Amino acid sequence: MKIIRQASAGTMESSDVYVEIEPAANGLSVRIESVVEKQFGEKIESTVREVLADNGIDNAEVRVFDRGALECVLRARVETAVLRSGGEA
Amino acid sequence: MRRSLLFLPGNNPNMLINAGYLGSDAVIFDLEDAVSPAEKDAARILVRNTMKYMELDCEKIVRINSVDTSFWQADLDTILPQCPDLILLPKVGLASDVLTVASYMEEVERKLGLEVGKVGIMPLIETALGVENAFSIASSSPRVKALFLGAEDLTADIQCKRTKEGREIEYARTRLVVAARAAGVDVYDTPFTDVNDDEGIVVDAQLAKSLGFTGKASISPRHVEVINDVFSPTLAEIEYAYDAIEAIETAKKQGKGAISLRGKMIDAPIVARAERTIAMAKALGMERSEDCE
Repeated sequence: MKIIRQASAGTMESSDVYVEIEPAANGLSVRIESVVEKQFGEKIESTVREVLADNGIDNAEVRVFDRGALECVLRARVETAVLRSGGEA
Repeated sequence: MRRSLLFLPGNNPNMLINAGYLGSDAVIFDLEDAVSPAEKDAARILVRNTMKYMELDCEKIVRINSVDTSFWQADLDTILPQCPDLILLPKVGLASDVLTVASYMEEVERKLGLEVGKVGIMPLIETALGVENAFSIASSSPRVKALFLGAEDLTADIQCKRTKEGREIEYARTRLVVAARAAGVDVYDTPFTDVNDDEGIVVDAQLAKSLGFTGKASISPRHVEVINDVFSPTLAEIEYAYDAIEAIETAKKQGKGAISLRGKMIDAPIVARAERTIAMAKALGMERSEDCE
């Protein structure tokens, strides 16, 4: 699947996460901002990359603004952003 | 056993992640009124993940969008693989609304290799047409497990003001209870929407129980405990139920056709009610007290 337009999902409210995704040419770039970045930054990034891989995304720029979201919420928001970006799941 | 059914907005992680800790017998993940059209896609994925990844020690019900929208099929495509206990189907006016959804559910279940018919449907009756067709809706499909009264939309439809006292929905309440019982399914009362009226919810829940409702919905976790209390049998009711069963068994042994208990005849309806009370008490872990023996 290909990212063909900029898209976002989620909110900046507590327990949620705001995810932005846009097309890129040279692989994946994932940037994380999180209230728990020190403890969970690596886990958040690996989860984002896993959802992108599950959806066959090889090229994209992803920005994640986390407000303490659980993993199931993070996965949902990344998947929604991917679907909104023009690709089909 | 469902005494309390708590609505949770489908696109609000802060509420969803607490679903299992709010004390209700069932949670209703809402993909309909609580979610704006632009967020329907996000909500159904979030609700699916909540059901998939979180351990919830309560029944899971999902309110999908109504059949007159373009959302309901995608809702079912996403949600059915997680096997919710019930689908709450809004704005049901005709039995054919239920059959349309039941048919699509079967199609999805067969396509995904899921058990056909496992997930039930609870029609939400919230229009004048739905009230008048309540029995045909309740008996339309073996998937229908209960009726659910939605008073906010109903009062708008019948063009009257919604009040705390609820006189304007008396007919709908009794009509739904009778229709549901005639069809052999459960029936749930509309939420009490003033979340700050702690006395009002008690009165409203007691009224619903007295009319024959199985349980009651809530839009606030604050109302769950009250609803659970009201719809649980009291110790006096449990005591009476055991005494009634004992009395009827004694009568049978003595070859008597009828017997009285505390001045009242014990007959088949009283025995049936006593059996339901004892079954519910056992399910709730409510033992007969020593004083009751």
